[in-house]
Amino acid sequence: MKVPRCKGMRDLLPDDMVKFRQIEEVFRHCSIKWGYEEVRTPMLEYLHLFTATGTLTPGMLGRVYSFLDWNGWSGERVVLRPEGTIPTARLYLEDLAGDEISRLSYVGNTFTFEETGTEQRERWQCGVELIGKSQPLADVELMLLASEVLGKLRLGPLQVKLSHAGLIKALIEELGLGAAEQTQILDQVLEGNIKALGEIETQDADLKRALALLMDVTGSSPGFLKNVRMLLGNALPRFEPSLRDLASIAELLGAMDCAYQIDIASGRGFEYYTGVIFHFDISNKRVGGGGRYDDLISLVGGPSIPASGFALYIDQLMDLLKLEERPVPRILIQCQEDSATGLKSCFEVARSLRESGYIVQLDQGQKAVGDYRWLLTVSGKGLFRLTDQATGVKHELASEAEIRQAMESSG
Amino acid sequence: MKLALPKGRLLKDSASLLERADVGLEGYDKRSRSYRLKSSRFPGIFFKVFQERDIPIQVAIGNYDLGICGLDWVEELMARYPSGELVKLRDLGYGRSDIYVVTSGHSGVSSLEEINDRFARVRIVSEYQNMAESFARRQRLRRFSILPICGAGEVYPPESADLAIITKASAGSFASYDLVPLSRILSSNASLIANRNSLAKADLSEFLGCLQPFAAETKAGTVLPAAGEVTGVKMHAVKGPGDKVEGRPRDSEVTRLALPDGHLLKSAAEFLQKAGLNIQGYSGAPATRRLTTDLPGVTIKVIRPQDMPLQVANDNFDLAITGEDWLKDHLYRFPSSPVTEILKLGFGKVTLVAVVSQDIPARDIHELRDLVTGGYIPSLRVASEYVNIADKYARDNHLGHFKIIPTWGASEAFLPEDADLLIENTETGETLARHNLAVIDTIFESSACLIGHRDNLSHTSKKGGIERIIDIIRKGC
Repeated sequence: MKVPRCKGMRDLLPDDMVKFRQIEEVFRHCSIKWGYEEVRTPMLEYLHLFTATGTLTPGMLGRVYSFLDWNGWSGERVVLRPEGTIPTARLYLEDLAGDEISRLSYVGNTFTFEETGTEQRERWQCGVELIGKSQPLADVELMLLASEVLGKLRLGPLQVKLSHAGLIKALIEELGLGAAEQTQILDQVLEGNIKALGEIETQDADLKRALALLMDVTGSSPGFLKNVRMLLGNALPRFEPSLRDLASIAELLGAMDCAYQIDIASGRGFEYYTGVIFHFDISNKRVGGGGRYDDLISLVGGPSIPASGFALYIDQLMDLLKLEERPVPRILIQCQEDSATGLKSCFEVARSLRESGYIVQLDQGQKAVGDYRWLLTVSGKGLFRLTDQATGVKHELASEAEIRQAMESSG
Repeated sequence: MKLALPKGRLLKDSASLLERADVGLEGYDKRSRSYRLKSSRFPGIFFKVFQERDIPIQVAIGNYDLGICGLDWVEELMARYPSGELVKLRDLGYGRSDIYVVTSGHSGVSSLEEINDRFARVRIVSEYQNMAESFARRQRLRRFSILPICGAGEVYPPESADLAIITKASAGSFASYDLVPLSRILSSNASLIANRNSLAKADLSEFLGCLQPFAAETKAGTVLPAAGEVTGVKMHAVKGPGDKVEGRPRDSEVTRLALPDGHLLKSAAEFLQKAGLNIQGYSGAPATRRLTTDLPGVTIKVIRPQDMPLQVANDNFDLAITGEDWLKDHLYRFPSSPVTEILKLGFGKVTLVAVVSQDIPARDIHELRDLVTGGYIPSLRVASEYVNIADKYARDNHLGHFKIIPTWGASEAFLPEDADLLIENTETGETLARHNLAVIDTIFESSACLIGHRDNLSHTSKKGGIERIIDIIRKGC
C-alpha cells in the first residue's frame, strides 16, 4: 500500500531542487556580499516565544503546529516555527545581543496549518534581519538587497509596495473604537482584510477623506503623502511621525532609482511590525515581504533595539523561475571488463574526470543513455572509447589526458 | 442512517424528547445495558449510545450521520477544527450548562484584563483543553500552560492552577470553593448535530421532521468567540516581570496529598482508615473536594485518579493515590517525568487487556497482526481511554497502519462498528463477554499505588513530612 505524503506538505523533486538551490545560491551570494551572516534556528521553538506579547495575531496562532514535547508535562507547548523573524530575534538575544549592529540571514522552512490541504502548509523562505538601526536607510538597504536578489534571478519586472504599520495603527486608534475592537480590526488588516478598516463609520470628515484616499489610491511619489497630509487636517499630528518616516523612505528609494508604490492597503503583515511594511510582487504574485519591528526584541524579553527585515518566498520564486539547462555535461562510463581490475580502472578514470568538473556516473546496466553527452567505454587494457552523443563522433584514446582533451576540443 | 445518543446527564431528557417525537425507541434508559437500540418507527436507523463527549468526533468523522450531545463538547471539537465536518443543527432546549473562566478569590484578579499583569505564566486547568487554548490565544496570554483534567476543576485554584475553565454545575457553587467567575465563555444546551457530508447527500428529513415540533429553541448558545468579553487586551508588553507571581508560594512544611474519587474512592477510604489515617468526609460522593485530617501539616484534595500523575509531575501534590494504569499511561507519554511509584497498595485490581469483537477471526495478537498485514483490516482502529498505552501497544506489536481513537468511558460500545481493537481494563471480564467481545492479550495487571515527585522525596524540608505519610500508608498494605 502506497503511503502518500502528509497533506499540505511538499516533496521537492530533482528539478525543484535545481531551482531551489539556484535561488538559495543567489540569495546567499548577495546577502554575504552585503555583509549579512548566515544563521539557522531550530525548527522547534516554545509556543510562548510567539504568544509572548501579541507577536502573532490569535488567527495566526490558531494555525501553528503546536504539541506537547516528550517532557511537556507542564502543559506548555512547543511549535514548528510558523515564521522566521521571531526565532531569529530570539537567537540574536540569546547569543549576539552585544553587537551594535547585527546583519543576519537565513534559509529555512516554516509551518502554518491551512484547513483544506490544497495550499502549502510547509513553506520555504530566505530572509535577512538588520538589527540595531532604526533610520530609514536601514529599510532602504533591505529593499535594495531584496531587489538585487530578485533582479539576479531574472523573474520579470518587480513591484515594491509600501505601507506603514504605524499609520495603520494610528488610523485604527483615531477611529474611536474600543480596545477590543481595535485589536480585532488590526488583526483583520494584518491578515490581509484591509476592507475592514474602510467599513468603519466615522464622523470625522477629515479622517474619512484621508481614509478613502489611503484605501483607494496608490501613490508613487512623496507627493502622494503630501496630499494625504493636507487632507488629514486636524487629525494630522497623530499621523505625522509615520507619514514623515514613509516620506523619507520614499525619497531615498526614488534617489536610488528604485520604483515603488505607496499602497497602504497592502499592509498585510505581522503584528510585531511598527514602521514601514513592504511587499515584493512579480507577475502579480507576492514573492516576498518585510517590515520594521522596533518593539519585537523587547517583546521577546530583551532591551529596546530597533530592527527590520524581509523574507523572500522560495516556493513562489520556484514557480516563476525557469529551469536552466543542465549546465555540466554528464558522462556515462561503461566497463567492458567485468573484473575487479577493470572496475578499478573505471572508478579511477571517473574520479579523475570528476575532479576536472564533470558529472560522471558508472553504468549500472541502464538502457536509456540519451541523457548523457558522452559515453566512455573502458577496456581492461587501458584503452578508452569516447562517444560524443551530440555529434556521433567516436574517439579511440589511451589516457585520461587524451579524454579530457577530446572533450574540451568538442566543446 | 446512524444516530449517536448520549449516556449520562442528557439521557433522561433525550429519551423524553424521542418519546414525545414518537420515535419508538426501545431500551434507551439508565437501566439498559445495551448500547445498540432499535426503533419500531425507524427500523432502518441504527441507534448507538455513547459517552456524550465521544459523540461530536464520531459524527465529525462520519461514523454517525446525526448525534445528540451538549454544545460544550461540540464547541470543544470545533475550537480545534473550526471548519471540520460537524454541523450544528439546533438547540434542543435542555441540559443547560454554563462554562466559566474562574480564578481563586485569593488570586488578586477580578477581571480578564488583569491576568497578564498578575501571572508570569498562567496555569489553566480544564476538561475543555481546546477551548482553554482558544481562550488563551484570544485573551493574548503571554505565557500559559494548559493542564487537561478529567474533572474536579473547581478544586485546583489557587494552589494548583491560576484559572479553571469549568461548568458551574461541576462546582456546585463557585463560592463554596472561593472561586470568582471572570467570564462566561459558553452557554451550552443539548444540541442536535450532523455530519456535513450526510446532510448534503443523504435524506435525513423524515427523522429530522419528527423531532421538529418538540425541539424548542432557547436562548442558550455560543458565547464564543469571546471578543466582546475580552476587553482591553494589551497589544504590547508590560515592561519587566514586576510583581507577577510564578505559581503560588507554598509552605514547604506542608505535605500535599491527592486522593481519588470514582471507583477507587471506597477502597481507598477503607484502606486509609485501616492504615490509621483519619480523614473527615472521605466516603461516598464527597461533599467537598478539600478534606481535613487530624494529622497536622497535611492538605488533602480529592481529584480524578487519571489526572494525578500529571499533577504530581507539575509539583501540585507531593503524594497521590492513583492506579498503576494511569501512572503507566503518563510515563509512556512523558518518559522523563519526575513521577515515581512509591508503594503498591493492593486494592483496585484490574487487568489491562486487548479486546476484539468475537466476530474477528483472531485468537491472539499475532493473529490480529496477520489480519492487518494480510490486508483483511487495512487500517486498524484502536479505541481506548488509555491513549498512550494503546499507542505503545500498537507500536510494540507492529500493528502496521493504525489510528488511536481516544474514548471517555463505555469503550466497549465502540466494537465492532467504530473500532477494531480495544485496550480496556477489566475486573472480571463479565462486561466484555456480555458485549460479545473476546480478550486476545493481557497487557499488565494494575492496582492502586502511591505516587510522588522524585525531587520532593529527597528535598530536605519536604522529606520528613512526606515520609511520615508514607509510613502511615505503608501500615495499610
